[in-house]
Amino acid sequence: MSEWIDIGALDDIPVRGARVVRTTLGCVALFRTGEDEVFAIDDACPHKGGPLSEGIVHGKAVTCPLHNWVILLENGEVQGDDEGSVRTFRVKVEDERILLDPTLLASRNAA
Amino acid sequence: MTQRLVVIGAGMASGRVLETLFETAPCAYDVTLFGAEPRGNYNRIMLSPVLSGEKTYQEIVTHDADWYAGHGVTCRFGEPVTAIDRARKVVISEAGETPYDKLIVATGSDPFIIPVPGKDLPGVITYRNLDDTNAMIAAAEKPGAKAVVIGGGLLGLEAAAGLKLRGMDVTVLHLMPHLMERQLDPAAGYLLQKELEGRGIGIHTRANTHEIIGTDRVEGVRLDDGTEYAADIVCMAVGIRPATALAKEAGLACGRGLHVDDQMITSDEDILAVGECVEHRGMCYGLVAPLYDMAKVAAKTLAGEAAEYTGSVTSTKLKVTGVDLFSAGDFAEGEDREEIVLRDAAQGIYKRLVLRDNRIIGAVMYGDTADGNWFFGLLKDRTDIAEMRETLIFGPAFAGGTPLDPMAAVAALPDEAEICGCNGICKGQITQAIASGATSLDLVRGQTKASGSCGTCTGLVEQLLAVTLGDEYAAPAAQPMCKCTELTHEDVRRLIKSQKLTSMQAVFQAGNWKSSCGCHVCRPALNYYLIADWPDEYQDDPQSRFVNERNHANIQKDGTFSVVPRMWGGITTANELRAIADAADKFNVPTVKVTGGQRIDLLGVEKQDLPAIWADLNKVGLVSGHAYAKGLRTVKTCVGTDHCRFGTQDSTGLGIKIEKRMWGSWTPHKVKMAVSGCPRNCAEATCKDVGVICVDSGFEVSVAGAAGMDVKETEALGKAVAEDEALDLIVAFVQLYRENAKYLDRPYKWVAKVGLDWVKERVVENRENRQALIARFDHSQTIYQTDPWAERANDQTTKRWSPMADLTLEAAE
Repeated sequence: MSEWIDIGALDDIPVRGARVVRTTLGCVALFRTGEDEVFAIDDACPHKGGPLSEGIVHGKAVTCPLHNWVILLENGEVQGDDEGSVRTFRVKVEDERILLDPTLLASRNAA
Repeated sequence: MTQRLVVIGAGMASGRVLETLFETAPCAYDVTLFGAEPRGNYNRIMLSPVLSGEKTYQEIVTHDADWYAGHGVTCRFGEPVTAIDRARKVVISEAGETPYDKLIVATGSDPFIIPVPGKDLPGVITYRNLDDTNAMIAAAEKPGAKAVVIGGGLLGLEAAAGLKLRGMDVTVLHLMPHLMERQLDPAAGYLLQKELEGRGIGIHTRANTHEIIGTDRVEGVRLDDGTEYAADIVCMAVGIRPATALAKEAGLACGRGLHVDDQMITSDEDILAVGECVEHRGMCYGLVAPLYDMAKVAAKTLAGEAAEYTGSVTSTKLKVTGVDLFSAGDFAEGEDREEIVLRDAAQGIYKRLVLRDNRIIGAVMYGDTADGNWFFGLLKDRTDIAEMRETLIFGPAFAGGTPLDPMAAVAALPDEAEICGCNGICKGQITQAIASGATSLDLVRGQTKASGSCGTCTGLVEQLLAVTLGDEYAAPAAQPMCKCTELTHEDVRRLIKSQKLTSMQAVFQAGNWKSSCGCHVCRPALNYYLIADWPDEYQDDPQSRFVNERNHANIQKDGTFSVVPRMWGGITTANELRAIADAADKFNVPTVKVTGGQRIDLLGVEKQDLPAIWADLNKVGLVSGHAYAKGLRTVKTCVGTDHCRFGTQDSTGLGIKIEKRMWGSWTPHKVKMAVSGCPRNCAEATCKDVGVICVDSGFEVSVAGAAGMDVKETEALGKAVAEDEALDLIVAFVQLYRENAKYLDRPYKWVAKVGLDWVKERVVENRENRQALIARFDHSQTIYQTDPWAERANDQTTKRWSPMADLTLEAAE
């Protein structure tokens, strides 16, 4: 259970861009910021389910492409006057490889 | 148990009732709102700035669809109520019956039409709602058009000033000896007349309209004395009368207006009434402040709270930019009255106070109205002014001869002084809001509504902010681009050009950006500005583009995309259609639709399938239609001389030439064009960003039309004898737009800002400049005119656009 899942290389995600990972919990969006940090959150905006992975990444936030809600990548909270949050998932980068929290698979096992 | 509240009339009075009701008793009623106009509540008193072009309709909307939805209001707009059945407690409209527990009648007023021959001719317009306003704006489009306004009151003069600003030749006919006789004394009326005449508006007082002349539509107006004025439109603005027909039919007690008591209840205890349709204690009101007072009382009555409306004292301001005019109370001369008058002829200032028993009972001010609210406060409060009588006319800030400082004047106002007449907000309420954190105009507006209606007190509210906050208050400059910078779009464009900034980081640095890498507002704009200004030096940044431009397809609400290949001038072939049909089959496209731009849309394609479908379409020569781009979209054409018996030129051919020359170019917003082969205009060219009408002698090129949120006819840019010259004009116009417009301004918005003359000078008159614009456009095309689909129709893109990993598959193994 302690083994992290190797998802791919850091360079598979464009700088200030995102890629999607399909999981049993739905699609998870992996973001790479301008500072090469990587974050993983649900790929669905709490507003109308917009694909966050298609949004514009700025600082440590992403703007939903459908109605411009801004979501903080670190904690999944919606910024500004709107309210809501999305799930976040633990992810780390080691030796230019992206490693995702294995609990994603654990949830699948439990299901 | 929730009661059913039905409201007839979606104007400002009923709008305010609902606002107050939802604040006081949010869940007490299930509301159904009927409106005769096909739209919700907008700020009707701001129609004058809309007419003059200083504001757009969107800017004056008070309640949008979200507001109604958020409060659970069932909207029945565009559906007039035809009867009220009080016995069965239902209202009747075209769609049937709607039951109520409580009913509000807010039917407003009808314009008064003077009963002269010709009053029903097309072209005779009243001035009450947005449709009237739009009809006047449309009439002003015709060059040299003439307007006659009947009625020199508040409404008539605002209409006249607006039409004049729209370029019309305007004459005002007024029955009385001086303008606005109900609000102004003869002296102020005279000053106003001079001012308006100075602006080129003709004023004819003591003008008794005899008839409106015209056969099929209005052609002019004839007066009793035989004078005739030619007119393309006649605006009838002689007054209003309460709209009581519905109430009378239902047997409710009516006089001039619909009778209400101090709780705004009519002769039927379940029916309330507010607004201009009402008569209260013998008075009918046509100004917004009393309407709001009534609305508050009506809402409280509905919520079961005690409240009382005891009538209103009103003041008036004329909303014509550059004319300061204020009047309140009673200013007729009389034996028991005294007056204080101040005149400064050189500065065009006139102030007159009418006193009785040491109290102000009337005030008229022209040229300098800054003290109007202070006088109005003294008037309403019946303050004894004996002590300050000597200096009263100089206003509240008089301090022994030092020049008046507007800040000091505002600072000197007592807390009870009314600042916002429309909403009845006094100084104390505003300073309280500021003290509790409303440190900007928007915040004050949001919390108190002060300056949120007619807006004339905006300056006073800003001064209060400045006085209360001192140096902490930064007066709002022009709107900054976004939260990352203080600079406006225009500033940034200038900076990019003047300092030769060729990268986004250089702009961030030079413009003191507060964020490390911008935001979703500034980055797409900067990316465009840099592409447009430095095609050689700057590298397009896909991560700064909105989703559609990044993926070269339009995202749909379910996350799939749509694919629209280009069809040059709307012409296609059997071979292309076969390829489209095959692609639709192969990729299980659920919807195939013909677009308004004469091409075909394949909707519902998965992102990872895009490169493959593009590859298939590329094989028969189909390229991206840029249906997703702030760039050249379509050039719509009719069949022209090839097939049509009316065609004067090869419109299809010209359309194709334009599209082939200009496709792939990025612009501040989307650009749609059309070419019609004759003035019958089957390609609808006159509502496009650029439109060409072919005539026997050449090509009429017009620009800056719109057929979206706004609808606007194009304006003539120039006429070309040869096809190449038409093409030159179009290319130069688009390049000028590319180089100068604000990101996300369509050409019609940009042209409204810079003026068509400015554009013509650079595109039409200065031939050297025209050629330079064309050269820069063509150079940019050598870099950007490439098919983005062909570049991405490969396995690498497919891989990048597919999920990075599929953990559901691993789980299955």
